[in-house]
Amino acid sequence: MLTNSILTITTFVPTAGAVVVALLPRKGRIIQWWTLLVALATFVLTLHLPAHFTYGQQGFQFEQNYSWINHPAIHYHLGVDGLSMWLVVLSGFLSVIGVLASWNAIERRTKEFYFLFLIQQTSIIGVFVALDMFLYYGFWELSLVPMAILIAMFGSERGPKTALKFFSYTFIPSALFLVAILWMYAKTGTFDFVEMQRSLTTNVSLFSPQALWWVTLAFLVAFAVKVPVFPLHGWLSDTIYEAPIAMAMVVAGKLGLYSIIRYVLGLFPAQARIFGPLMIALAVIGILYGAGVALAQTDVRRLVSYAMLSALSFATLGIFSFSVSGLDGAVYQTLNEGISGSAILILVAFLHERYGTYEMKQYGGLAARLPNMATFYVITALSLGGLPILNGFVGEFLVLSGTFAQHWRWTFFATLGVILSAAYLLWMIQRIFYRPQSSMVINSAAPDILGREYAALVPIVILMFCMGVFSPYWIHAIDDGVAGLADRSAQATHIITNPVLAEKR
Amino acid sequence: MTGSLNLWLIPLVPFAGFLVNGLVGRKLPKAFVSTIALIATAIPFAQVVKIWFQFSSLTIPYLENHGTWIWTGSFHADFTLALDQLSMIMLLIVTGVGFLIHIYSVGYMAHEEGYWRFFAYLNLFMFFMLTLVLAENFLLMFVGWEGVGLASYLLIGFYFLKPSAAHAGMKAFVVNRIGDFGFLIALFLIIANFGTLSFGEIFSGIAQHPEWQGRMPTMIALFLVLGATGKSAQIPLYVWLPDAMEGPTPVSALIHAATMVTAGVYMVARTHPIFDRSPVALSTVAIIGAATALFAATIGLVQTDIKRVLAYSTVSQLGYMFLACGVASYSAGIFHLVTHAFFKALLFLAAGSVIHALSGEQDMRVMGGLRKKIPITFWTMTAAVFAICGFPPFAGFFSKDEILYQAFISPNGGKILWFIGWITAGLTSFYMFRLWYLTFLGESRAQTHELAEQGAAVHARSGSKLVVEAEHTHAIHESPSVMLGPLVILAILSVIGGFLGVPEAMGGHNAFEHFLSPVVGSGSGEGSTSLERTMAVISIAIAVAGWFVAHVFYYLKPELPGKLATQFRALYSLLLNKYWVDEIYGAIVVTPLLLFSRYILKALFDRGVIDGAGFAAGVTAQGFGAIVQRVQSGNIRSYAGWLAVGAAVLLIAVYFGFTSHFAPQ
Repeated sequence: MLTNSILTITTFVPTAGAVVVALLPRKGRIIQWWTLLVALATFVLTLHLPAHFTYGQQGFQFEQNYSWINHPAIHYHLGVDGLSMWLVVLSGFLSVIGVLASWNAIERRTKEFYFLFLIQQTSIIGVFVALDMFLYYGFWELSLVPMAILIAMFGSERGPKTALKFFSYTFIPSALFLVAILWMYAKTGTFDFVEMQRSLTTNVSLFSPQALWWVTLAFLVAFAVKVPVFPLHGWLSDTIYEAPIAMAMVVAGKLGLYSIIRYVLGLFPAQARIFGPLMIALAVIGILYGAGVALAQTDVRRLVSYAMLSALSFATLGIFSFSVSGLDGAVYQTLNEGISGSAILILVAFLHERYGTYEMKQYGGLAARLPNMATFYVITALSLGGLPILNGFVGEFLVLSGTFAQHWRWTFFATLGVILSAAYLLWMIQRIFYRPQSSMVINSAAPDILGREYAALVPIVILMFCMGVFSPYWIHAIDDGVAGLADRSAQATHIITNPVLAEKR
Repeated sequence: MTGSLNLWLIPLVPFAGFLVNGLVGRKLPKAFVSTIALIATAIPFAQVVKIWFQFSSLTIPYLENHGTWIWTGSFHADFTLALDQLSMIMLLIVTGVGFLIHIYSVGYMAHEEGYWRFFAYLNLFMFFMLTLVLAENFLLMFVGWEGVGLASYLLIGFYFLKPSAAHAGMKAFVVNRIGDFGFLIALFLIIANFGTLSFGEIFSGIAQHPEWQGRMPTMIALFLVLGATGKSAQIPLYVWLPDAMEGPTPVSALIHAATMVTAGVYMVARTHPIFDRSPVALSTVAIIGAATALFAATIGLVQTDIKRVLAYSTVSQLGYMFLACGVASYSAGIFHLVTHAFFKALLFLAAGSVIHALSGEQDMRVMGGLRKKIPITFWTMTAAVFAICGFPPFAGFFSKDEILYQAFISPNGGKILWFIGWITAGLTSFYMFRLWYLTFLGESRAQTHELAEQGAAVHARSGSKLVVEAEHTHAIHESPSVMLGPLVILAILSVIGGFLGVPEAMGGHNAFEHFLSPVVGSGSGEGSTSLERTMAVISIAIAVAGWFVAHVFYYLKPELPGKLATQFRALYSLLLNKYWVDEIYGAIVVTPLLLFSRYILKALFDRGVIDGAGFAAGVTAQGFGAIVQRVQSGNIRSYAGWLAVGAAVLLIAVYFGFTSHFAPQ
């Protein structure tokens, strides 16, 4: 029974929780505890999916499909496959972490914050499970609104300006995206993803390649902004800087990357391949550019934002390699970025809560004062930097090895990113935690990692380690989801065909 | 047939030790911490010894699979461990020397803060190094490969409040990452060629395809070499190793002399079927090795810090091992790896004992006359010096001689390579005896030299241990037996270790080479007994010459070096400043990269172009200004309203057939 409606329940439990938040009194930490409870419930519900997932099966699972509005034909169609399942679980996980990270950071307007926080959870999960383009678009747009409001409300004096920037960056392409959706509807008579996909493959004559090219471009730009893909990242740094941590954790990456794979590759495989070379170039530039700008930062939170640009560009690279390995790696990297990126943002926030600055110049020698925090920083940096047996390496390796066969020159440059990431991450560690203790560190007493902070960080670190060692557990499902989208020709053509290996295939 | 060997325990027991000490070590008493760390190293050592005794009854290679680590499509990399002759030798060295150095550290680090941290990292290193050695595929090897780099980073930066230590750790990691970049590219090439990273599958594939020649094996091999130059501190990536001496001395002995830095040599030997297909790559390895050996030895001639001399000596000796691999005499390379592990670990530990005795002093100019004061340290160090200089019958004689001989007779080698190796042997002998004389013989220069004060002041500032200068001469003491025990054992090994591989020409059986030949084959050159004997004599001659010059310079006429330094000022300065390679790298790589990032990427492009465009977009979006004002008012209901309005507009648009008019026909 639960399996039949699990996706609806999972998606809307946060909304229901938000309604209750609106009714709760602003007293003590009632709102925090309630939101934590709702987030935990959501997370537990998302775990239902991997527990009951059928592996090796094509198509969507846990589907719900009702006709919602007859004309225009809008369906309430939900479902997940291997591509989206772990993203849903990740969203549930991060909502719990997000509450813990906001616990002390959000002191005023808690009701507004947690209300919008929960609405945001619904919109994110909704994006991953919606299979009707209209419904999907609703969730997609909904995800922008609480974000913009919270940036404006909780950012510094530059908050409103940043909110505007974020909103215009994401909203304008979304408008074009909507036009493209409507065009598709006009052509196919459906908003349903599965039917649209079928129509595109069976009635090829219906669509002029030129028109499809434009439609694909509209889709792609809207998603690429949200990833972001270089050079559409103008909003990223300011948004990461001004947004409350729980929002900064989810603003980049997964929504856009998932949407590219699901809709651009899923609906327009041929057009996606036209854009492939361009996207690969932009991804590689993004990897190196993000790393370069991160290297130049003196502000740790800005450094993190450019490190994210670099890490997310790996995922983009993997997608447009159109190889199974690249796509597996792209999804894995998306999960990684959600986990490790959140961890580093949380740590930066904890640092700021203690010392009130992001300027790395002010720090120094902190490892002598806060050794546990230093340990978490180092582990997270190693995860972001792709150290084997932590999660980041698996994603990077799959992406790079999957891209190499077809695009070895680009991969060569992308791999240079591993040198730069070590440089900016370790330099960050060095400036904050090593060197002689700065006067600020000596003069202000701050506690090491506290109980609630452990609760947020320890699960993440365990997850980093597990995802680094037991990767097949995750890839099993991901592979089911993306294998159909890959090129057969993008598989490596082995110069030497080893008989031992040939047998295995 | 015996049951399972449980190879997995070998790396995982130290890992468990790391977890225990890393998680709760801070709260435990020191005795407890060291007990855990020692047990976590003793168990794998005992297990390795046990395996050694049943080795002849095993099917080699012995494989042990523990599931899949990464798979995608048809590619997969497993947690597979492999035992063969080569990994057996490496296991013995890593666990044996590792265990001895753990024991030594108990004494050396006794007064240090962060004792638990030190032993946790040391165990972590053992885990990664043993993984590297046991891995049956490139990817698992890469786990160890990067992992030992991490342990090295943590241990070099052990005194992290000291800016030079923090910087040295980072430098080591980043320079190693340049090598890792090469390693990764080689991996991608191998996947593209073979579809697998398993050593067994790759090598059998190569064996079945004799036509696999030319550019591809050369490219793979050269990228692997780039990786090896990083880890094994060869030109052009050797620059991190001398700075790595910022770490505690036992770390220098274990990681930066005996084990980790030999990983590159091990990797080349392990993957030799690829190298054997590429004469170009082999020659590159040989030339890099010979050049590094000579280059580092010349720098070692003039350094005054006792650990720095040993560091350059390590770089130089690793060059010999590379030279051996480059002339396809892998067993000679591994043989030197083994003897070097004995005598270089000993040199560092003895140097540590000297430093310990002098309360932290590392400058040889203020040492001297320590022979009587710390006799056991003196005698063990003497054994090591004779070993590294290649005096028979000490360990280094047989292994170095084997390399020089192979370099001479191998078709990949030649007289020039041999000559460079031979000259380097003379330089080695000179700078090692220089160290020996300056440290142990003559009169103590501690009080006559004002540098002593400065040196002590430096250490006081740096927060290093035991500082007080007043006690400098009075408190000179021999180290505790927990430190001397490992010294004595290593000294015995440095004396007799060479008998593992006495060549036939000298009445032995070349047992070492025969043992390894199933894995790495034998040297390919045509030689003769008389040639081998002649060359041995020539090698001894230059070692004696080096000793003699050092004897004149630092014993008979101590004023001579100063005079020469003033006379050949430019040359002296060139060597003292290490050919300014660090400065050159800084000027052509690091500084331009940082300036480019700061001014072109960040300031000009990101702030100017990207942000400028964003600003323009913001201006055109002034229509949203109203929203922003509402946002500032913080009134949520109005946003819900806006959202509802938006959705309504959308629905109405669709409903009234907007779509049917829209489509471009």
